[in-house]
Amino acid sequence: MGRDDSRILIDATLIMLAIVVPTILLAFWMAWRYRASNTRAEYLPYWSYSGRIEAVVWSIPILTILFIGGVIWIGSYRLDPFRPLESKTPPLEVQVVSLDWKWLFIYPRQGVATVNRLVVPAGTPVHFSITSASVFNTFFVPRLGSMIYAMPGMVSQLNLQADRPAELWGQSAMFSGDGFSDMQFQVTSVPPDRFAAWAQGARGAGPVLDQAAYAQLARQSQRVAPITFGTVDPNLFAAISTQKIAPAPGPADKQGGREIVAGGRR
Amino acid sequence: MFGKLSWSAIPFDQPIPLITSIILVLVIAGTLGLVTWKRWWPYLWNEWITSVDHKKIGIMYVLLGVVMLIRGFADAIMMRTQQAVAINAPGYLEPEHYDQIFSAHGTIMIFFAAMPLVIGFMNFVTPLQLGVRDVAFPTMNLVSFWLTASGALLVNVSLFVGEFARTGWLPYPPLSETAYSPGVGVDYYLWAVQISGIGTLMTGINFVTTVLKMRCPGMSYLRMPMFCWTTLASSLIIVAVFPILTATLAMLSLDRFFGWHFFTAGAGGNPMMFMNLIWAWGHPEVYILVLPAFGIFSEVFSTFSGKPLFGYRSMVAATLFICIVSMMTWLHHFFTMGSGPAVNTAFGISTSVIAVGTGVKIYNWIFTMYGGRVRMSVPMLWSLGFIFTFVIGGMTGVLLAVPPADFLVHNSMFLVAHFHNVIVGGVVFALFAGLDYWFPKAFGFRLHEGWGKASFWFAFFGFWITFAPLYILGLEGMTRRLQHVNIAEWRPLLLISLAGVGILIVGALCQVIMLVVSIVQRDRLRDDSGDPWDGRSLEWATASPPPFFNFAILPNVEGEEAYWGIKVKAIESQRLSEEPDYRDIEMPVNSPVGFYTAVFASVTGFALIWQIWWLAGLGLAAAFAGFVVFAWRDVHEFHVPADEVAKVERARRAQREALLERIAAEESVPA
Amino acid sequence: MTDHPLPAAVETVRRVREDPHRLGHRGHGHGPVEGAGHGMTGPARKRIIVGYGFWIFLLSDIVLFSCFFAAFAVQRGATAGGPGISQLVEMPRVGWETAALLLSSYTCGLSFAATNARNLLWTQIFLLITGLLGLVFVGLELFEFIDLASRGITPQVSGFLSAFFGLVGLHGLHVTLAGLWLLTMMAQLQVKGFRPEVVHRLICFNLFWHALDIVWIGIFTIVYLMGAVA
Repeated sequence: MGRDDSRILIDATLIMLAIVVPTILLAFWMAWRYRASNTRAEYLPYWSYSGRIEAVVWSIPILTILFIGGVIWIGSYRLDPFRPLESKTPPLEVQVVSLDWKWLFIYPRQGVATVNRLVVPAGTPVHFSITSASVFNTFFVPRLGSMIYAMPGMVSQLNLQADRPAELWGQSAMFSGDGFSDMQFQVTSVPPDRFAAWAQGARGAGPVLDQAAYAQLARQSQRVAPITFGTVDPNLFAAISTQKIAPAPGPADKQGGREIVAGGRR
Repeated sequence: MFGKLSWSAIPFDQPIPLITSIILVLVIAGTLGLVTWKRWWPYLWNEWITSVDHKKIGIMYVLLGVVMLIRGFADAIMMRTQQAVAINAPGYLEPEHYDQIFSAHGTIMIFFAAMPLVIGFMNFVTPLQLGVRDVAFPTMNLVSFWLTASGALLVNVSLFVGEFARTGWLPYPPLSETAYSPGVGVDYYLWAVQISGIGTLMTGINFVTTVLKMRCPGMSYLRMPMFCWTTLASSLIIVAVFPILTATLAMLSLDRFFGWHFFTAGAGGNPMMFMNLIWAWGHPEVYILVLPAFGIFSEVFSTFSGKPLFGYRSMVAATLFICIVSMMTWLHHFFTMGSGPAVNTAFGISTSVIAVGTGVKIYNWIFTMYGGRVRMSVPMLWSLGFIFTFVIGGMTGVLLAVPPADFLVHNSMFLVAHFHNVIVGGVVFALFAGLDYWFPKAFGFRLHEGWGKASFWFAFFGFWITFAPLYILGLEGMTRRLQHVNIAEWRPLLLISLAGVGILIVGALCQVIMLVVSIVQRDRLRDDSGDPWDGRSLEWATASPPPFFNFAILPNVEGEEAYWGIKVKAIESQRLSEEPDYRDIEMPVNSPVGFYTAVFASVTGFALIWQIWWLAGLGLAAAFAGFVVFAWRDVHEFHVPADEVAKVERARRAQREALLERIAAEESVPA
Repeated sequence: MTDHPLPAAVETVRRVREDPHRLGHRGHGHGPVEGAGHGMTGPARKRIIVGYGFWIFLLSDIVLFSCFFAAFAVQRGATAGGPGISQLVEMPRVGWETAALLLSSYTCGLSFAATNARNLLWTQIFLLITGLLGLVFVGLELFEFIDLASRGITPQVSGFLSAFFGLVGLHGLHVTLAGLWLLTMMAQLQVKGFRPEVVHRLICFNLFWHALDIVWIGIFTIVYLMGAVA
């Protein structure tokens, strides 16, 4: 998926470079050839129209854009992030919640959840359902492919796949407030059997993610070290995305003005 | 009594804004002191502050734009420095401060630097090129300027009273709602932009009417210089989209002040509606800026190639095409919302289609040089630099319009590099070209060539060294607006980018030196002819600087390139046209209403930001009173007696005679 | 050799006389209209410029309204558990509001007929009636809002109610401001008489008042009628 996205990026660049480079060279050549000091170049003080050149001048960009338009059309459908990936393995379901300023990943089938750490099996498609508990964010793992918005009250979807085991990183790609710069998370892709073992081991161990624990988690915090929850309220994601649970509270100090500026130094 | 305002609003604990504001206050106080000491107030008041002369308003706009450009550039320097040092380190700017800086940078550069500069050129040039004496609504023009100025004032006040928005230059809710941004920062943004936006809307109305209804005899549509066409297109977009900005910001204000739910997270609020509305304004806004820039380049290419613009009608068609299609592309700013392939395809294609219009323009400029005598003066250097920079910026723009590619680089440094590529390469280069090109018309002497060229080369290379690394960083996944960076491999590129900023600073210094040197050497650089570049449109038919009534007799246009026709005829016959009968001229009287508007708009805006309701009420009442007093005046115009007109015009004719003789002597044109 | 004048030269002279600026045509079917801003006779007259500029402003004002219409359309269902549109509409009151506003448009037109006849008394009388009808409209709307608020229906309840009050309130605000303008114009007319600039402002006021009427028809249909049906 990521590979196909970059392929389109490169293809489109090449298509346009084929036009852009000659255009730039032509511009510089014209300016050089017809410089005022070059008396050998003819001077055509009234020449300002040529039907043939006009036709060419309109058709070059039109043809290029027709071509790019085709790329856009085909690419948009084929690489739609909502579209499931073709694979024999059934996809892993992951629910993603962006919080101020950390990421919550819920594995509904496995019954576990993590904060700021995403573990996925390599070679298995992953289907993400993404929402936000507070403000807009963008879920983005650069090495895996597409990004998509995390929006309050809405669920967006994304299908990605890590082809081989690796340690990667993900981030929010939409500014979401003072703690935004540290909204990074680890992405660990492991062989499927190790993933199953990890999920098995995490289940039941560690803290419980119920509504009370979530309320605590939803408060603003920065640089949160990865947490693994062994038990998860199965309705939590639905409650967040439909806003049955009220949106996250935002800054504690609602006074406004300059005084809250000291917030980041805490 | 004072709403939310208290002493804690002053940043005593923050050295950077505190010192900046102290210096600013000292500079302002010093300037005011100097003006008072030199007894310049009557001159300033009569000749500038209350002047309804479109040329002076244009110059004031440009001055405002340049001052704010420096402010925005200072923000940019701080941002690049912060990112270069804050790699696995906190840097020297805390997030709260850094977030304000990048928000202020974007807001200032678009609303208070680029817009005033572009509108300044529209003001100064358009009526001259149309061969008329003023814009359609001269007093409203002055009010527009002062509204923009009071918006700029509010943004700068936020530096030392309270804070500025920490949400980015477009305050996306829910982040900008009171729940997540309880401070006054977003309110500063809202009212500063709202007030200046109303000024811009009035400018748009003014210039649509001016171009469509105020042209000299014989100036049919297809004889207007390209710059007038782009002014028209840009003003049409302003009229069509600035109300959207007004409405959107009003809705956000209602949310913030009274707890309404247009865009809140929860209670039926719809944040995506904000994104749709704001970009329905925001994308056309880019073309409001860039179309007049295209107009400037058209004038420059044609003048400095000594030829008419190639494919003039094509250019007009392309301009209007861009004008219309620019309003159909807004969704490409949020492909990653996930609106589905059909919608993304439609907007991806509509976005790329704009490149057809710009592509045609690029080729037409290139063919304008064909068969020309290209003079490599400073404006021409900026224009050639523009072609290189803008073509690449346009290419990366089309890449971003391909949804699957956008899913990789949306909101990244690639995007940052792209829009600086088009806005700096397109708009700012044009403004510098225009500054050099029309400066002699405004002030009667040319700018120093050597320093102008130096400034171009530093700016050109500085630009590319700053922004080329950002393209690569974006492709590597670096997102924008990071206060610190957690990936050490990006350090070299960030340092190169910082070095580029250093070169840009040198370029900016060259501009300042150019200005100083030119003023010192103004006698040597004096433009006696009124036509320093061998121009082709009517502004060059006037003296430099033009008299306040522009034209003693409105010119009679008999073909395209009005002034070129007059000039060729004069050179052929070796004499000027017959001296006409001079008549009295009616000109609009000066008016303090603009300045008055600025005062009450600033006071009302400030009161609304801090929720000092009684002061806001007082400000609005004063506004209404001012409106009534203004409406009550009896004298709208004053007569310039024919004798005075004749006197001024004969001086100009003497200059032209001298020019003719010089040409005859140099070229020995056969009689 | 011949006494005949040269036909081609005569034709040329005739054409140049008819088309002094070499535009290649003589206007649109008629001779150049002085002061219309058509490109052959120089800038338009003040009256045309003022009216034209005001039309452009009206277009931009319509765009402003259209944003609030769009917000209303988007948030029509976003009631967040609060009341929906059908619980808001009280048809008789809206009917009277509409009648008052439409009638005021008619009297506004009559006032301008009197203006054209330069009849001060009748202009003032019709302007006064227009203003009173406007007052009735704003008053009824205010009662509606107070009534709704007393039932706990305020814009703070839901996105839908924000959009409803935003759209209807924006129109009400426009009518109120137009009323202030109308009072100012009446005073000015009384003091200054039919000076050209006063007449220009009356033209603009008329345009504005009618435009607000047209917008109200949109609100009446889209908000109230469709709401009553819903």
